[in-house]
Amino acid sequence: MIQLTNHPIDPGAVLDQVASHDAGAVLLFLGTTRELTNGRRTVSLDYECYPAMAEKKLTELEAEARTRWPLTGCHVVHRLGHLELGEASIAIAVSSPHRVAAFAAGQWLIDTIKQVVPIWKQENWADGTSEWVHPGMTKP
Amino acid sequence: MKLSVKLFAVARQRVGRDQIDVELPEAATVRELRGAIAEQFPPLADVLAHVRFAVNNDYAAESTALVPGCEVALIPPVSGG
Repeated sequence: MIQLTNHPIDPGAVLDQVASHDAGAVLLFLGTTRELTNGRRTVSLDYECYPAMAEKKLTELEAEARTRWPLTGCHVVHRLGHLELGEASIAIAVSSPHRVAAFAAGQWLIDTIKQVVPIWKQENWADGTSEWVHPGMTKP
Repeated sequence: MKLSVKLFAVARQRVGRDQIDVELPEAATVRELRGAIAEQFPPLADVLAHVRFAVNNDYAAESTALVPGCEVALIPPVSGG
């Protein structure tokens, strides 16, 4: 399952979604709000998305992960709105009979989500300025 | 035809709204949409080289033909995760 939420992510609840007696491995990835980026200090982040397409792409990626690896569970939650330092912006939980598939699927999911799912973050810097993060786009 | 295009992140910020209406010839392609936005919305001109377009919630090729009523969005490089 996939979920977009404006509320703090509860990692325990995410893990519950992938629990299975057929699983010998459960992997949880959390992406969290980092304070320093290239020496600049972040005080908070704001995330926005294109809701219909973000849900569609996340659903497609979950289905593809389940095709590529023998998963017993797969759950992705992405946070939206305003996040303070240290809060999780994304949680990915996968379970599988053996650990290799869980690690591989978790890595592939976060890497691919970062490339294709229409979600954007705005850095709110300690100097009071804010900017949208668009990898590869030159600054005005 | 007039086509609505959804805007996000820096594109929304540049224009000050979350949607624009673009005038296009009938059966225009995504490539033609790019050109039309550059002409009709100068604040977006310099971001257009870096963005993709989505049609009906999928990334579209430059040759994709646009039809009235399709849902079009301008997708700047994404930064979720």
